[in-house]
Amino acid sequence: MPTPTDDVMRTADGTPLKISLQRALVRSRLRALLLVLPLLAFVLVFFLFPIGHMLFRSVDNRIVGSVLPRTAVAIQDWDPDRAKLPDEAVFEALVRDIQAAFKDRTLGRVGRRLNYEKPGMSSLFRKSGRGAARITGAPYRDRMIAIDKRWGDSSTWRLIHRESGALTSAYFLAAADLKLSERGAIVRQPEPRRIYLTLFYRTLWMSGLITVLCLLLGYPVSYLLATLPLRISNLLMILVLLPFWTSLLVRTTAWIALLQTEGVLNDIMVFAGLLSEDGRLQMIHNKFGTVVAMVHILLPFMILPLYSVMKTIPPSLMRAARSLGATPFTAFVRVYMPNTVAGVGAGCIMVFILSIGYYITPALVGGRTGTFISNFIALHVGETLNWGLAAALGALLLGLVLALYLIYDRIVGVDNMKLG
Amino acid sequence: MKRVWSSLAMVAALALAAGSAQAQNLNVVSWGGAYTASQQQAYHDPYMAANPGVKIVNHDLGSGALAKLRAEVESGKVTLDLIDMTAADAIIACDEGLVEPIEPDTWLAAAPDGTPASKDFFAGTLTVGGTNCFIPQIVYSTTFGYRTDAFKGKQPSSLLDVFDLKAFPGKRALEKRPNNNMEWALIADGVPAKDVYKMLSTDEGVARAFAKLDTIKDQVIWWTKGAQPPQLLADGEVVIASAYNGRLFSAIVEKKQPIAIVWDWQAFDLDGWVVPKGGKNLAAVKKYVRFATDTQRLADQAKYISYGPARHSSAGLVGKHAKLGVDMKPHMPTSPENSKTVLISDYVWWADHQAELNDKFNAWLAK
Amino acid sequence: MVETKPRIVRFDRVQKSYDGETLVIKDLNLDIEAGEFLTMLGPSGSGKTTCLMMLAGFEPATYGEIYLNDQPINHVAPHRRSIGMVFQNYALFPHMTVAENLAFPLQVRKVPKPDIRVKVERILDMVRLSGFESRQPAQLSGGQQQRVAVARALVFEPALVLMDEPLGALDKNLREEMQYEIKRIHDNLGITVIYVTHDQSEALTMSSRIAVFNDGVIQQLATPSVLYEEPENAFVAQFIGENNRLRGKVASVDGDYCEVVLRDGATVRALKVNVSGKGASTCLSLRPERVAIEPNGQAEENVLNGRVEELIYLGDHIRARLTVAGEDEFIVKVPNAPRHASLSEGTWIQLAWAAEDCRALDASGKEAAPA
Repeated sequence: MPTPTDDVMRTADGTPLKISLQRALVRSRLRALLLVLPLLAFVLVFFLFPIGHMLFRSVDNRIVGSVLPRTAVAIQDWDPDRAKLPDEAVFEALVRDIQAAFKDRTLGRVGRRLNYEKPGMSSLFRKSGRGAARITGAPYRDRMIAIDKRWGDSSTWRLIHRESGALTSAYFLAAADLKLSERGAIVRQPEPRRIYLTLFYRTLWMSGLITVLCLLLGYPVSYLLATLPLRISNLLMILVLLPFWTSLLVRTTAWIALLQTEGVLNDIMVFAGLLSEDGRLQMIHNKFGTVVAMVHILLPFMILPLYSVMKTIPPSLMRAARSLGATPFTAFVRVYMPNTVAGVGAGCIMVFILSIGYYITPALVGGRTGTFISNFIALHVGETLNWGLAAALGALLLGLVLALYLIYDRIVGVDNMKLG
Repeated sequence: MKRVWSSLAMVAALALAAGSAQAQNLNVVSWGGAYTASQQQAYHDPYMAANPGVKIVNHDLGSGALAKLRAEVESGKVTLDLIDMTAADAIIACDEGLVEPIEPDTWLAAAPDGTPASKDFFAGTLTVGGTNCFIPQIVYSTTFGYRTDAFKGKQPSSLLDVFDLKAFPGKRALEKRPNNNMEWALIADGVPAKDVYKMLSTDEGVARAFAKLDTIKDQVIWWTKGAQPPQLLADGEVVIASAYNGRLFSAIVEKKQPIAIVWDWQAFDLDGWVVPKGGKNLAAVKKYVRFATDTQRLADQAKYISYGPARHSSAGLVGKHAKLGVDMKPHMPTSPENSKTVLISDYVWWADHQAELNDKFNAWLAK
Repeated sequence: MVETKPRIVRFDRVQKSYDGETLVIKDLNLDIEAGEFLTMLGPSGSGKTTCLMMLAGFEPATYGEIYLNDQPINHVAPHRRSIGMVFQNYALFPHMTVAENLAFPLQVRKVPKPDIRVKVERILDMVRLSGFESRQPAQLSGGQQQRVAVARALVFEPALVLMDEPLGALDKNLREEMQYEIKRIHDNLGITVIYVTHDQSEALTMSSRIAVFNDGVIQQLATPSVLYEEPENAFVAQFIGENNRLRGKVASVDGDYCEVVLRDGATVRALKVNVSGKGASTCLSLRPERVAIEPNGQAEENVLNGRVEELIYLGDHIRARLTVAGEDEFIVKVPNAPRHASLSEGTWIQLAWAAEDCRALDASGKEAAPA
């Protein structure tokens, strides 16, 4: 038999072993790929693509360039650092653009877009649309300034100049309570308009508080669930899962009925003499109410991973610890708890991420001090239709969650997480 | 086997026949609840009775309609045929180019006396905010309800009383948005109504409005959904609440709650139709809109809900409530008795300042 | 019995019930001497593990008192009992290294750190695992985990160590190796070990005494040889070692012996151990290795014929299943030696045994011979 001289391992017919192995594996890999293909496609189409699309909106700035194409080109030659107004050619381009946009009914979009940066732009374009329709010839500059004197203000032109590019940082800046000054420097929003950093901060620390409370409340329950006889623990498990079978709105409304000043809890405390009729406590429409309702709603997400981990801890571990001389407390802290870290991590991550993105409950019971950043994302998606800002807020939130996830990975290790 | 095939063929034939005779569906978006019910009874049912080929399908999207509309128009797959929106939302939709422009006198029916629609609808309502996409149906108002059992002796009767915690102690409920609240604060602080928007255009004016709101801030529960304030009043959680007048009517007249209305400086607002751009059934929609916004239909709607029809010619036709038999005229926000002092929102001003004031208002709330 | 060594554990009329309806332990009285290797042997559900758990403090006795060094311990918490324990699945702490596992009992006893290191080193050396200090339990083989578990139960130098089926999860070779290991440690340290198992060969090789449990009752408490040679009842005879049963009735009693009539009418002379007297049903117990095949005229008291039903070749010997006196589960072992003629299935052969090797025991429970 002719044996090849190199020391590569070969199969009986002389093909290198590695290649044969590859061939043998290709089939099974293909089959595995086919099995996950539907999910992959689903994730791609319904998850990654929309998220990517959403994230792109946070920098997308094609409105000015597409609605005012001539102006966007013409103004590139203008030097925004000098106080002088753009020359007649730019005004002519503007008039032509506005006339075309007025006809296409796209002028409102550019007005709304620029209004995010400078209040008043919306009405400026609305007014100019009707006015410019009647302009038939030069002098364009004087006629535009006659329609509205803001066209004679170089700050209007600086704004158009700045926002005529295809991408913008304005939404992200706004999401961080920053803005570009007229001269293009990043500055903080004036104090009365600063809102989002406060909200991010509030969302984070309240979500943290909710997570901690869920852990404190959920840990003993999970322990009971995992250690009680099956018959009783099954019943308890049904009680834990019961909230899942009721609508979120119903549960939130139930908390309102319980916690409001004329609600059940206050009534009981007044009846028991713990409170005076005038001293009823405000427990809803504030942070307290939000925390209570959200802890209730998110508790199962803490209990289930904890339970699934605790279930796998053999009871003999605790017995071993006690037989070795540890008090029940020491045994619990040094032996039981470290073995639940995976569940604690999974539960905390789950509750924290869910609560960071929650908005129905804070909207209903949050009042003035208990609303979350997601309420503002909802506001900008649904009501103000400022999707760029909503996308920027969402992207920051996503980045924040990813950052926390990485920190978690560093500290606990994602491999140690056990979701169920 | 042959019989199976022939029966299958018959089923297919029947399905085809049914398809060709199938009613044309019009997807109409509205707010749900009592409001959609009033539209169903006043507009949809009579229209479908007269046009057996048309089926009107209600979709309750509420304030989510605007986002849904934008998503549909951007993706080019418009399934909605007609949307009920507030004027403020309609202005956004119109500015964003999401809805069709309206030609009032060709689209809409004239009044019975021949007055063209452009003259019969309340002045400026068809061109609200400088747009031309909005067909108003009703005038509603955000006004104040109070619990009649909360105060001994004198009862609240004016906007000033809302801000007067000494004479009328107790919690208030206000809508969690700057609109109306800022204007009310300035009016209550003594600013003449005509100067309110000029004032709000300055930082000092905004600060002044917040300063006035600060005087009651601790006592305010902020609501976000129209159903909340009547419930808060009914539960005794608050003693005075701003609310949509239709919701207050329902609480007072239908549910017999101990609540009364203060009409002083009620804030008028408009609600009406917009037609999504690129809808598939434009002709059918136009035909329906012509019917649903004629003088009689708008007057009929007031039989079911206490919102004022947006046409002059409908006012005289408003009668009694269809079920309760109550005369609806005194419950209309537009009745002369109720509309002595009225706050009319400056939509153009708000279009300029909404984003800015949203931020400032929420920053103020968070403080 | 002359007590020379001090008593370390005493069960005094202990009863245990989990559900309030049935007793898992029925009136247990047991004294355990210091330095003993006592095995609790029995089928699952016989109550042996329950005994261990009561001694360790994880289950309270329903009635009666348990003494440790003559002190009642019913109300002493487990961690104050200072009893080492090795669990069935080792119960090593998965989040700690080997060294940390071993240090744990010392740390909770507030042993100074340098001492801990010395003790951990010494005990690892004893179980031959030096160098494995920083491994995680999951990185160890079953046998190594087992050694760590034993080391952990010993490292704080308890006088008494309980082992609950510690070798159950190991394969046969490893199990035998560990049996010697544990035995060696026991002998070297002079500790008392109470060992629970359902494996009779394990019990026989390791124990100084064996308590055979069944049905919540100690059936017999004796040294391995006595247990094997002189079972006191049919259960013990059957449970320990291989056993042939012949059922019948006592025809007559003659001092320590009795005549028993078997099912087919044959009469057998047997040692009277556990029968009430003439007429009682009995079950004769006879170890297979005590049966002689084709005695060739040697004077034996009992000679019966048996038909060969099945032969199983086992290398050093051949197992033959016979029908004898109507019982078709009669086993004899034929050494694979030149002087033994080969048997063939279906043939009849002659069997013989001494009366003293054949013990007349109770006709246990459901298997009692038909009247």
